[in-house]
This record gives sequence, structure tokens and C-alpha cells, in this order.
Amino acid sequence: MSSMPEPGTVEQLTLAKALNAGLRRAMEDDPKVVLMGEDIGKLGGVFRITDGLQKDFGADRVLDSPLAESGIVGTAVGLAMRGYRPVVEIQFDGFVYPAYDQIVSQVAKLHARSRGRYPMSMVIRIPFGGGIGAVEHHSESPEAQFAHTPGLKVVACSNPSDGYWMVQQAIAHDDPVIFLEPKRQYHSGRAPVDVRADPPALFSSRVTRAGSDVTVISYGPSVSVCLASADAAAGEGRSLEVIDLRTLSPLDLGPVFESVRRTGRAVVVHEAHRNLGLGAEVAASIAEECFYSLAAPVLRVGGYDTPYPPARIEEHFLPDLDRVLDAVDRVLAH
Amino acid sequence: MDILGDPLTEPDDTMIQLLTPTGERVEHSGVSWTADAQAEAELLRGFYRDMALLRRLDVEATALQRHGEIGIWSQVLGQEAANIGAGRAMRRQDYVFPTYRDHGFAWCKGVDPLGLLELFRGVNRGGWDATETNCAYYTIVIGSHALHATGYAMGIQRDGAVGTGDPERDTAVVAAFGDGATAQGDVNEALVFAASYHSPVVFFCQNNQWAISEPTELHLRSPIYRRAAGFGMPGVRVDGNDVLATYAVMTEALNRAREGQGPTLVEAFTYRMGSHTTTDDPTRYRSADELEAWRARDPLARVEAYLRRGGHADQRFFDGIEAEAEELGHRLREGCKAIPTPDPVLMFDDVYAEMPASLAAQRAEFVAYRDSFLTEGSVR
Repeated sequence: MSSMPEPGTVEQLTLAKALNAGLRRAMEDDPKVVLMGEDIGKLGGVFRITDGLQKDFGADRVLDSPLAESGIVGTAVGLAMRGYRPVVEIQFDGFVYPAYDQIVSQVAKLHARSRGRYPMSMVIRIPFGGGIGAVEHHSESPEAQFAHTPGLKVVACSNPSDGYWMVQQAIAHDDPVIFLEPKRQYHSGRAPVDVRADPPALFSSRVTRAGSDVTVISYGPSVSVCLASADAAAGEGRSLEVIDLRTLSPLDLGPVFESVRRTGRAVVVHEAHRNLGLGAEVAASIAEECFYSLAAPVLRVGGYDTPYPPARIEEHFLPDLDRVLDAVDRVLAH
Repeated sequence: MDILGDPLTEPDDTMIQLLTPTGERVEHSGVSWTADAQAEAELLRGFYRDMALLRRLDVEATALQRHGEIGIWSQVLGQEAANIGAGRAMRRQDYVFPTYRDHGFAWCKGVDPLGLLELFRGVNRGGWDATETNCAYYTIVIGSHALHATGYAMGIQRDGAVGTGDPERDTAVVAAFGDGATAQGDVNEALVFAASYHSPVVFFCQNNQWAISEPTELHLRSPIYRRAAGFGMPGVRVDGNDVLATYAVMTEALNRAREGQGPTLVEAFTYRMGSHTTTDDPTRYRSADELEAWRARDPLARVEAYLRRGGHADQRFFDGIEAEAEELGHRLREGCKAIPTPDPVLMFDDVYAEMPASLAAQRAEFVAYRDSFLTEGSVR
């Protein structure tokens, strides 16, 4: 049981401020931590996640990089080989693809290629997801592309406390981590962050809301949608259990299986395209492990299999409360 | 069009050469490196030995491929001077990111050639310790490692291992790549980053005239070394078949890097006399005349001519190297056949520093499945 936190250890932070505080603490803890990215120095990043860090840690540790994502990740590889722990900021999800080859062919494979001789601790931070009314390439959810690649680990935070802790854990971890941040939540509200708490393990999923009728599984920006859906469903006498996956590769499905064995019903929710998305892997795993507990097929609620739509119609693409509840209705109809 | 007569690629007098194809020692104003005659002869005897053994490695590995002992081999034939001249200009602490053809760099860094054969035999992705030899694993995707070299050099800067004046501490990096790689975005980004951060890296481009079947005319509209100006660093073209000139130019470029004067682009003008790899057939795309013209510029022949003419080496010296090459050949043939096939379960073991439980479960599943075929008393 967690005891009452000491006075002054709980701060009310936005996700942006929590990530900033987490990065700051990681840099204080380890002089080998180096931040790299476009506009992350004086400007503090286009989302201000690195605000003030170059001023305090110097331009040698907070590098404004030339505008070349492959170059940023590729040079981060060399820094990692030399024993540094580079933390790369990709400005927007849709801009990661110029670095895709370096990530998939080099970052992911160098530990295996070198038979463990090259340290390859690196964090690639990607603001992801939509709902900010942006132009093309600024609202994407590329997680499946990385979760499919052996050698990478992929995590997604969904709240300020996780942002604060998970970014530090990812930086301290010895494998490369793709770190996904739900950008529409950066400045959307404050939540308590206990900076002296004992955080949950990085590669663990968590039951965010207990329930008994349907297991709703999600991560990143969709978690808050699922929690709101659970509130609404409670008003109709339906009890939803909400699980935040937090880690997308490796998946930590133990809590999911345990839950589905109780509820017999599961819905997976994410913004990424449904086809071959994380939901497909989660649904298949549930079918393999919980087949005789299931009362209904596992349903997926995801972005449609289209390019992310223009801003004026994006709300129709994104899974929202109504679409989640619709899927809940359908699994309960069985 | 005869490539040797092409105004684009035909080297003019800006190309640094210290030993002519016939073995005449000449001077060039573009290089300030000097050594006294005796020291120079000593260097050249060493370079000759390196090149002769490297050539033997190439011959043996090609034969091993023909006999099915290795799957493929990328021949360095013709580029021995570029490899050895540059490799010998490096110090122990300097780090090289080679291409898959740069067996001479590996040789100079003390990599056991059998470790190279392990890669081409398909038992691992490089049978040497990169962190011990300071020779990176071969990168198969063209040009990707130019960025790794630059990042590694950025790490050297942060370690304060540049410009201290301590010859044991100051460190430089070599990014080796070919003419084909100059078209890659990663190589150009590496040049941008290295110039931007003033990093201690020497970009060593071996222009061997062919990217598999594509001649330099296809992707170059100006000489490679001249691109350096556009990136904001010195560029120099050296006769890559002249081991002494390559050594001199690379010594200067590496000194600049170690002293904190930033990156250099060196174009070593050379020729791939062999095939791209043992699966390639160059007769489909280039002429015998061209090959003959380059044979007259052979990197070993000119050193031998120089050493013999000046009385710097006698027949016993060359016989000794031949005997050493025989010994190397024997060791490679026997050693290669003795390389064991690894336990397949190893495929799981180095993917991560910390293996996830899900992968550990797959590994256990594989072991159980494989072992289910064992019968009582059988040995795996």
C-alpha cells in the first residue's frame, strides 16, 4: 500500500511539464544523457518539452540538430556506441520516416549484430496521435511500425505521472526505446505527479479503472477516451475495466488475460489504423490465451484504414466515447 | 566512352601522387608529410607486406566461396593501397567504420581475417570484437555508417579526446565509403553534421569507378573531392593506388581531426579490379581494355618496382612475404572449414540487452520443439 506522500513531493503538472522535469532529472542523474533534436535548444522544442534544458545543461548536452531525421538518429547511434545515452526528439510523428531506415536497420539490429558488444541505449521520443487540428503528417500513430521490429522496445505514456517516470526509466534502460507521447495532452490539464514515489516497472501494463463487465484495453491518447467511456457506461449500469497497456513492445498482457477471464468480453481501442494495428495482436493473443473464457468476439476500435484525414473531419476518424460505447454494446449483445 | 579519357573522372595534377605507376618517387605540393628516405623505405616494405597478404586473403576467400565454404565474398582486389595506406595512418585509438569491402582496414586494426570469414560463412554478422579492435562491424546498407562514424566522433568531442596534444588520447574516426554511396542521403547528412559540429572524422571515399554495374558518370557530375567545399570542409583527391600518397594524405587529415580542426573529405581514386562480389559478372558491363589500363596502375607493382630499383628490398624480402602468404592461405583454408555452425538458439540471445519475457517464452518454445525430435540416447 502506498503511504501518504511527504509534503511537497506531489506536484500538479501538465504532461509537458512532467516530461520536462523527467528529462531534467535524467540529465542530472547521468552525465552521459544527451538530448538531440530540431529546435530543442533555445526554443525548447516546438512543444516546449525541453524548455530551459539547454540553458542549464549547455549546448554540448542539448543539441540543436540540423534538419535531417536520419542524421539525428544515425549520429545518435554513434554516440550510443561511444557510451552515451542519446535522447532524440522527433518533432512530429509523421517526420520520423526519414529516420525509419536508421531505426529499423541500425538501431534495432546493432545489439544483435555486435553480439551485445555495442551499448545501444537510446530513447526516440515521438509526439504522436491526432486531435490538434494540424496539417498532414502531424497527427499520426506509427507505433505498429516499430512494435513489429525486433530489437526495439516501444512504450506510450498517457498521463503526467507516467510521463515523468517512464521517460526516466526509458533513458536508464539499456535497449533502444521508442517513446510515444500523446501530444494533444501536452498542455491539456494538470495531474498529480509524486516525484518520490516508487514508479511501476517500465514494461508493465496497468489496470487504470477496475470493472467487471467488459475489459477495455488502450494506450496513449485513447486511455482518457476509454476512462470517459467508463464513466458514461457506469451511468447505464455497465462496469468497464480499463487497462492502459503502457508498453507496446514487449506487450505485458498478463493483466489483460486476468481481466478477460473475469469479464469474458474485450474491446481494444487505439488511434492507429485498425489493419495490423496493436489491437490485432492483442485480440489474437486474447483468443489464444482466453478462448474458453470469451463470451463474445474481441472487437477493435481504431482509426480507419485511410491516411489521417484533414483537420475539419478528423473527429470522425478518431475513436471517441460513442464509438467505444458502441463496441461495448456489441460485445454485451452476445 | 573511355572512362580513362573522361574529363570528369580523369585525374588532373590536383590528384596527389608520390609513387608513379612505374614506381618513380615524385613530389606533390598538395602534401606536406615527409619522412627521411630510410624511414620511408621501411614504411613501404611494411605496406608492401600488408598489401601482399591482403591480396592473398582476397584470393583465398574467393576460392573458399567457389568451394562452398563461404556464401559470398566482396573482393578488395585493386584497392589494397587505398585500404592499407589509410589503415596504417590510423592510430590504435582511432576508430574505423569500414564498408564490406574494406578488409584492409580490418587487417590494419588487428582483426583476425578468420573473423571476416565468419561473417561471409554466415555464422554471425562479424566475428571480431569491434570495441577491442576499434573496427566497426561491416554495414551492409550503403552509407548508413557514415552517420555512425560522425556520431562516434561527436562522442569523442564530448569525452574531451580531441585537441589535447596527447598523442595517446586524441582520437579520430574514419568513415569509409565508395563512389556509389555519395548518392546516399545518409552520407550527405553525415557531411552536414560533421561540418556543423566540427567533428573529428575523416570521410574516406574510395572512388573505385563502379557501383556494381553503374559507372561514376551515372551519379557524379563533378569530382567527389570538390563536393567538400559545399559542405564547408577541405577536400582532396589522392591516387588511391599509391599507398604512400594515401598514407601521407590520410596522416595529415587524421592529424587535423585529432587536433580539433574538423572533418576532411578524401577521395581515393582507385579501381575495383575484381567483381562487386563473387556473385557478380563484370564482363556484362565493362570492357577488358579498361581493366587492362588499370592493371598497369597496380598498387603492389609500383611499390615492388620502387623497392627493387632503389635497393630497398632484395629477393629474400619478397620470398619471405610469399612464404608468409602461403602460411596465411593455409591457415585461412583450414581455419574456415573448422568454423563451427552456432547453436541456433543463439538467434534469440543478443537481440536485447534485457530479453523480454515474451521473447524468452519464444526461445523456450523453440528449444522444446527442437528437443521433441530427440530420441532416447541421441545427442543434439
